[in-house]
Order: sequence, then C-alpha cells, then structure tokens
Amino acid sequence: MQGSTIDPSKAELNSYAASEAVGAHEEHPDLRVWGLLTFLMSESLMFGGFFAAYLLLRGAAEAWPPEGTEVELLLPTINTIILVSSSFVIHYGDKAIKQDDVKGMRKWYIITAIMGAVFLLGQAYEYATLGYGLSTNIFSNCFYLMTGFHGLHVFVGLLLILGVLWRSRRPGHYSSHKHTGIEMAEIYWHFVDIIWIVLFSLLYILTIF
Amino acid sequence: MKQIPVSLLTLTAGVAVTLISLWVGQNHGLLPEQASEQAPLVDGLFNVMMVIGTALFLVVEGALLYFLIVFRKREGDEEDGIPIEENLPLEAFWTAIPAIIVIGLGIYSVAVFQEMGGLSPGHTMMAHHSPKSTLVAQAPSNDSPIGGDVMPLLADAEGVEEGEAKYGIGAANQSSKPADLVVNVTGIQFAWLFNYPEENFMAGELHVPVGADVLLNLSAQDVIHSFWVPQFRLKQDAIPGERTELRFVATKPGTYPVVCTELCGSYHGGMRSQVVVHTPEEFGEWIEQNRVAQKDTNQTIASNPAAMTPSEFLEPYSQEMGITGDTIAQLHSHP
Amino acid sequence: MTQAEVSIPSHATEHEHAHKAWKWYDYFTFNVDHKVIGIQYLVTSFVFYLIGGLMAVAMRTELATPDPDFIDPSLYNAFLTNHGTIMIFLWIVPAAIGGFGNFLVPLMIGARDMAFPKLNAIAYWLNPPAGLLLLGSFFFGGAQAGWTSYPPLSEITANVAQSMWILAIVLVGTSSILGSVNFIVTIIKMRVPSLKWDELPLFCWAILATSLLALCSTPVLAAGLTLLLFDINFGTSFFKPDEGGNVVMYQHLFWFYSHPAVYLMILPIFGIMSEVIPVHARKPIFGYKAIAYSSLAICVVGLFVWVHHMFTSGTPPWMRLFFTISTLIVAVPTGVKIFSWVATLWGGKIRFTSAMLFAVGLLAMFVLGGLSGVTLGTAPVDIHVHDTYYVVAHFHYVLFGGSVFGIYAGIYHWYPKMTGRMMNETLGRIHFVMTFIGTNLTFLPMHQLGLQGMPRRVAMYDPQFATVNQLCTIGAFVLAFSTVPFLINAIWSWSRGEKASGNPWNALTLEWTTDSPPMIENWEVLPVVTNGPYAYGMNGRSAPAEEEVAVSSR
Repeated sequence: MQGSTIDPSKAELNSYAASEAVGAHEEHPDLRVWGLLTFLMSESLMFGGFFAAYLLLRGAAEAWPPEGTEVELLLPTINTIILVSSSFVIHYGDKAIKQDDVKGMRKWYIITAIMGAVFLLGQAYEYATLGYGLSTNIFSNCFYLMTGFHGLHVFVGLLLILGVLWRSRRPGHYSSHKHTGIEMAEIYWHFVDIIWIVLFSLLYILTIF
Repeated sequence: MKQIPVSLLTLTAGVAVTLISLWVGQNHGLLPEQASEQAPLVDGLFNVMMVIGTALFLVVEGALLYFLIVFRKREGDEEDGIPIEENLPLEAFWTAIPAIIVIGLGIYSVAVFQEMGGLSPGHTMMAHHSPKSTLVAQAPSNDSPIGGDVMPLLADAEGVEEGEAKYGIGAANQSSKPADLVVNVTGIQFAWLFNYPEENFMAGELHVPVGADVLLNLSAQDVIHSFWVPQFRLKQDAIPGERTELRFVATKPGTYPVVCTELCGSYHGGMRSQVVVHTPEEFGEWIEQNRVAQKDTNQTIASNPAAMTPSEFLEPYSQEMGITGDTIAQLHSHP
Repeated sequence: MTQAEVSIPSHATEHEHAHKAWKWYDYFTFNVDHKVIGIQYLVTSFVFYLIGGLMAVAMRTELATPDPDFIDPSLYNAFLTNHGTIMIFLWIVPAAIGGFGNFLVPLMIGARDMAFPKLNAIAYWLNPPAGLLLLGSFFFGGAQAGWTSYPPLSEITANVAQSMWILAIVLVGTSSILGSVNFIVTIIKMRVPSLKWDELPLFCWAILATSLLALCSTPVLAAGLTLLLFDINFGTSFFKPDEGGNVVMYQHLFWFYSHPAVYLMILPIFGIMSEVIPVHARKPIFGYKAIAYSSLAICVVGLFVWVHHMFTSGTPPWMRLFFTISTLIVAVPTGVKIFSWVATLWGGKIRFTSAMLFAVGLLAMFVLGGLSGVTLGTAPVDIHVHDTYYVVAHFHYVLFGGSVFGIYAGIYHWYPKMTGRMMNETLGRIHFVMTFIGTNLTFLPMHQLGLQGMPRRVAMYDPQFATVNQLCTIGAFVLAFSTVPFLINAIWSWSRGEKASGNPWNALTLEWTTDSPPMIENWEVLPVVTNGPYAYGMNGRSAPAEEEVAVSSR
C-alpha cells in the first residue's frame, strides 16, 4: 500500500483507453483528479495509523525521546521551510499553465523539483549525522519509519514533477484546457506537504515539550 | 400488509412462540455448570438473550417458511407479484423494536459487567500495599524455588509497576477490600504456572478454597495466553508487558478445566490445566503438603532453579500434556 | 428499465460486431475490460476457495479425534492461519467486490467500463502473486500465528513465512484500495444521466458503502502490518514489550481494519441479495431507501466497533462497555435489511431457481448468525465465549451461511449474463441441498462446543468433546463434496449449457438490457432508464410480455 505502488502519472494512460476503439462513443470527463483525491484520502489514513501508533507509544513511555537520543531541530526546520514554500512555488506553476504559459510552468516546476531534492538531501544528511539508527530504541524506530515513509512519498512526488517536465517538452502537450497531469502532481505535492507538517509537529516539536 | 388477519391463529402462534422461547431460555442446556459468583450473572444475561433470540428466530424463520410456501409461483403463472414498495409504520416498527431491545440489552450488560467486577480492575491496588500482601511484591526473590525462574525476569522486562493490574475483572461492587488469596499466574508455552506468594511455592494446578475471594495476577512470559475457566465464565488474556487480573469467588467444590484460549503456538491445544476448588479444610491440607514438598525440593536439589530451562521445569507435567521435553526444546530453538 | 431501445440496434448490427467478443485466451491476459476482470476475479478466487477448503478438510479430519494424530500441530496452525487468510482475502473479498463488483457495476449504471480500466487490471493482477506468496510460504513452514497474527507469537514463529504472509496481505490490501478508488469514482461520476440516485440498483449502493469502508480501514491495517514486518526483519521493537513496544497496540491497528473487513465481506452480499430476491420473487424490493441507507449506516457504525474483538485483552472497562453498546447498535440496520428481504417475499410469485434457493438459504442462516452475533457483542457473555468454537460457529454462519451462499446465489443468477449460457437447475438444486445440510451439520454443533468449553485454534482437545466434533467433521466432508455438482455444472454449462437470452430472468436492472454475454463496451447505444430497477408489477408491467425479452436469434 505504499504510495509508490501506483504512480498517478500512469493513471494518465488509464483514462478510458478502451474508448479509443469506438471513437463515436461519448468520452466521459477526465476523472483522474477524483481518483487521486480518493486515493490520497486512503493514504492519509495509513499515515494516520502510524501517527496513532506513535502517540500510543509516546504516551506509554517514561521519557520521550529516551535519554541520549537527541532530536536535531535546526536542519529539519530549514527543511520544513523549504518544503512548505515549495507548495507555494508549485502553485505558481499551476497558475502559469492556466494562462497557457508553458515556459512559466516549467520554470516554477523546476524550482519545486530542486526544492524537493534539497529536502531529500537534507533528510539524508540528517540521517547520516544523527548518531542513532532505525533499531536503536522505540523512538528511533518511529522516527526512521515515519520520516522514511514520508521521504518515499516526497520521492514519488518528485518523480511526478519530473514526469510533468519531461512531457512538457512536447509543445502543446499541456495547455490551459489540458493540464490534468500538472494538477495531479500539484495536488500530490500539497498532500506530501501537509503530511510533513503533521509529522514535523509530532516528531520534532512535540519532543521539545 | 393489511391482508394478514389478526386472527385467533396469529394470536395462538404468538403465545406459542412466547412460551417456547421462555422454555428454551431456561432449558437449552448449552452452558456448563456454574461454579463462581459471576457465572449466574453471565448466564442470566445469556438466557435473556436466548429467550429474545429464540422468539426472533421463530418469527423470522416462520414468516420466511410461510411466505415461501404461500407465495410460491403456481404452474403457468407468469405474472408479477403485488407491487408493494414500502410501508412506513411497519418499517418504523421493525427499526424501533430491535433498537429498544439492543439498548435494553446494552444497559443490562453494563449492569452485569459491573456486578461481575468488570469496572474495577486495578482497584485492588490498595490491597497490595497492605502488610499482608506486600509478599506479592517480594515473592520473586531468590529463595522462591521456581518463581525465581520466571518472576524477576518479568518484573525487569515489563517496566510495569509491580502488582498494578490495569485490565481484567476486579472485585465485585468495586470494593477495595484485599483479596483472601492472591495467586500469581504465569503463562508460558505451553503451561500455566501458579505461584502462591504468601506460601512461597509454585504449582502446576490452581487450588482455591470455596467461598474465598481469590485474586489472580496474570502475566505472560513469551507470547499472549488467555486464562479461561468455563465453569467460572471468566476469561482474561495474559499479555507480555501488561499486568492483568481476574478476581472471583468459587462457589462449588470440584475440579474444573483451565484452558488457554489465545493461540500461543503449536501445542496451544495442549495448554490445559485444572482448577481444584476445595473446602477450606482440604485447602489447608493441600497448602501444608506443598509447603513440605517444596522444602524437600529445596534441600535435595542444590542446583539453581533459576537456571532451569522451561523444558526442564516442565518435565513433571509434560507427560500429562502429551509433550516431550524434546519437542519443547525444539520449539524453543526455533528463531 | 427498458430493453426496447437497445435490443433493436444490436440486432441489426450484430454481424458487424462479431469481433467484439473476447476469445478464451483473453481471460488469461492483462485485459482492461471490466467484464473480463470480473470473471478473472471470480475464477481465481474460486480456485483459492477450493484450496482453502482443502485446508479446512484437513483440519476437520485432524479434529475427528482428540489427539493430534493426523497432521503435525505446526502444520495444523499453518493450515488454520492460511485457511482464514485465503478465505477472507483471496476468496470472499475478491469474489464479492472484485468479481461481482467489476462485472456488474458498470453494467448496472450504464457505463461502458470502470473509470480507470488499467488501474482495475493492475488491482486484479496483484491477487495471483499474493496467493502464490501464501502458498509458497508453506515451503518455509507456513505462517502459524492465525490470520490475526498477534505479536509476540507472529514475531517468534516461522519468520520467513510470516513475512511472506505480510507481503501477501499488503498486496491484496493495495488491490482492494485501488479497486475502491475505482468503484467510488465510477459510481459517483459515471452513471448514465437518466439514472437517478434513488434508482441506483442496491448492489451499487452496497459496493459504494463497501468501497468507502475499504478505503478508510485498509490503510490502517497496512500501517500495522508494516510495523510488524519491521519488527520481524529490521530489528525495530514496536510490539516488543521489553523494549518499550506495546503488544495490544497491534490488536487495535489490526481490528480497526479487520472488523470493517467483516462488512467488506457481507455488504456486497447484501447487495446481491437485494438484486436476486426481487427478480425471482417478482416483487419490488421492500424498503429501497431503508436498505440503501442501512448499508451506509452499517459502514459508519462498523468503523467504531472493533474493540469487541478485544474484550478479554488489555482493554480498560470503559472501552469494553462503549464497544458493547456500539456493537449492539449495528444489529439494528442489519435487522432492517433482513426484515425487508423477508417482506419482499410477501405477496410475491416466488420461483425456486437455484439462485433463489441460495438467497433464501442465506436468509435462513444469517438470522442465526446475526443473533449469535448479538450475544457475542455483550462484554459479559463475550468474556465467556471469546476465542472458543462459539465464535467459530458465529462467523461461519455469517461468512459461510451468509457470504458464500450469497456468492453462489450471485453466480447462479448472473452466470447466464457472464457466459451466455444457463446453468443446469437440477445440479443446482443438488448443490444447494448438500451445501445447506453440510453447513448446518458442520457449524451448528460448534455453538455448543464453544459454550461448553472448547477453545478455537486447537489441534488437540478434551476427549469429552469428541462426539460433537465428529459430527462437525462429517458435515465438513458433506460441504467438501457439495462443490462437486457445482464444479461440474459450472464447467459443463460454460460450453454446453442451454443458450441464454439477454434477459433470461426477465429482470429490470440495466445489465439485462444488453446481450449475454455483453459485447465489449457493453451497449451499442447507451440505455435510457425509464423505470425503477425493481418496478415489478408496476407501470402496467403486471404481465411481462414475451416479446419484450426477445432473444436475439443466433
């Protein structure tokens, strides 16, 4: 049930492939955005399961995080700012394509992709410097599982954005009437962002108190 | 549904269904004998549900059969039936009646659950701090012959405060009176160990005096087990890392099975023991015998029981369970 | 709904569209047609039903005697684990939702396919590898911790097999989520414009409710199993109490999905019931709205009853009581459905076809399953019978007497639509009688076993229960043999059965307005809904004219 198992960009091909055979038939409207939203609802509940487990374990523990397990704050905060602002950046891309500005869209999407990559690199750097691993203690179990699972989603989102950029090389592939793929990448990116905000509050901010 | 005449026939059927249901509720004979104070409470609830259930069953199945016979398609009749789509009063009726029944059953269950002591697990905490029961906490000391094997491990591993059971069935009427007898019950693959902390010995069977207020502190060493005495109508999981308890008063001398009901491995089905409910005098004799026996063991066996492996410990019981020490060793050697 | 608009054009153009039917080998490929996928689901899941059934027979043979003398107790545990897993995840769920849902939903709402056909095919093709993983796990001893796989047992027994088990469940879970996304979007957005919400066939309502439930609950199971997988393979300690983990937490995560899973297995069956009964009783369904809304009510309340599986576990008193009440409340919407179906029979002209026999058999047995369910819902009684054969009896009455009977009813009902041929009614009746007797013989005595003191999931038991267990074992063999007439019937009829018209039962839902089997893309011209799905005996239809159901001459 990893988010990666369906790459929504594949769904692009799915939209009513069978109808090509019978051109006379009325096409049904593009429902991919609906599909994605429904799927994300389900995904958020998987994160919900992790969050619930985390809170339960936290509630039962005497010290959280256990002594000797320090949570870094500076780098993740910078990372958070990068990821949250990338949500605004990607929205400019969507605005641009709605005005048929493919170039503008590409510009904003490239910036988003870079910000996403920086986030992932920051995460990797954090992992490398933390001094504890996945199996160190119950807190680190949760920490690596949740951030790792979220990182996987950022990675998938990044692939979606790169997919959009790849497709947009062909002139006329996207236009103000036809940009479902762009919209889906944006929605997914926002989702990843929202999950991060919750995750950041739980894993980092809550540990201060 | 106007066509159904409220005739004498319907009335007779109603009376018959009521009488049959009431009779079935009292005479179904499905439950084993009652041997604890909780048993009649549970059975009372079950029997009430049995009465209601039988009545509903007869009415629904009766209606079903009747309709199937009366409204079967006749030879050559290709027409459709009567186009009735809904009947608001009828639908309201069969929504409201079950709703009232289940709310009633809900309230009744809460009452029974409270009377069983379900609302007060852990309320006996006080008892553990009373001088008499401090033994509970001290029991897992090194001079306890076999308990030394199990108990300190548990106490260390769990990080749960000793003696503080959060879950299970507590004292009836939420009294904080200390129990007359405390037994620490430990589930391991595939046996129950009964530790009598006040007398400082361990047994493979549970022995309790009739009429005494008994508190079982349940714990599990390896996997989840579940302690069940069908004749007591009581069951509680023994969970690694959690303390649970069962408190009961046995009402009838006799020997009853103790069954593990949570899948705990290959020989889960063989994890059976007994609870023997004695008269107080017999119980005193049994305690005395065991005290002596354990003393002998202490003198004759110089080896540290804490070093015993479960299979060694289980040796005396293995025959009756149909398991050899080898099997257990094999099972344990599996990762 | 109307046949007239549709059957005429399809007549005229039949020869041109001769190529618009799938060949046999298309059913073995990555095909995106919802009808092919539906049949793929049904056939695959039936194969797994037979495999799971053989495991059950092996277990019942073991239980014919109190001693563990037929199979090794570890293998017995592997069988009970995989029997449950296969029957739930690879038989009932894929057959009821994947099979009937995929085949029927687009046909019932007048769509040419599902919203995302490729996604649909991907969802199906996740199932066979999951099945192979489960079967392959037997080379590593087989998962032995029960279908519930509670840690710590699941973390210390047969690690490789247990990991394969987890992966298999994650695969079918993904399949189920993808399928649900597809159903929800399809039903909400792709109905033919003339089909109003209050004329939506009840099967579609049921599938909609089921999908919403699967969408909300499955990911939580995925989360729980991911934690378990990490505990087993990557040294984490989420469920290891001595390192700060919590054993009971797994049970919450597990049952948050797995209780709703019960409704995933029965709601589509309720949908099938609501379709089969009106057609064969020639009556409008009684209480359309009540049935549709009660599906949604069950779906909402069903999300908040999971702790009733944990009344004897580490749960505080308030939880036990709260979930007693919520569990009892589920009985109300379920009761409404049962009463409505019984009332539908009243004043009908009941035709005892094989489909109807199974539907009525379901009604008869589900009542008992529902009533024992109410007794289990109350904490005091559940404390006595939890994890005993009483529970086994209860859930086999609802899942075998309910779901399996419903799937059989559905197969007999829609077989002509799926294959274009009728099934043999005599063999169908033999099948019904054997199944009905077998089910009751196997599962009725189990109530007594449980109440008297026999725990479930045991390979060895107290000799006092031997006689009753032998009765159950005989019943299990009757059940096993009852599949023989069905298999003969299904295989033989597929190629040799009497040809079926487009609408052999003279039914009114949209799937009957096209050919049997339906052409690729389902209709030449999309049908127009002119009357409700259950308008039997209404709008002057009291004498259904034969010409209306004209069979396209072949």
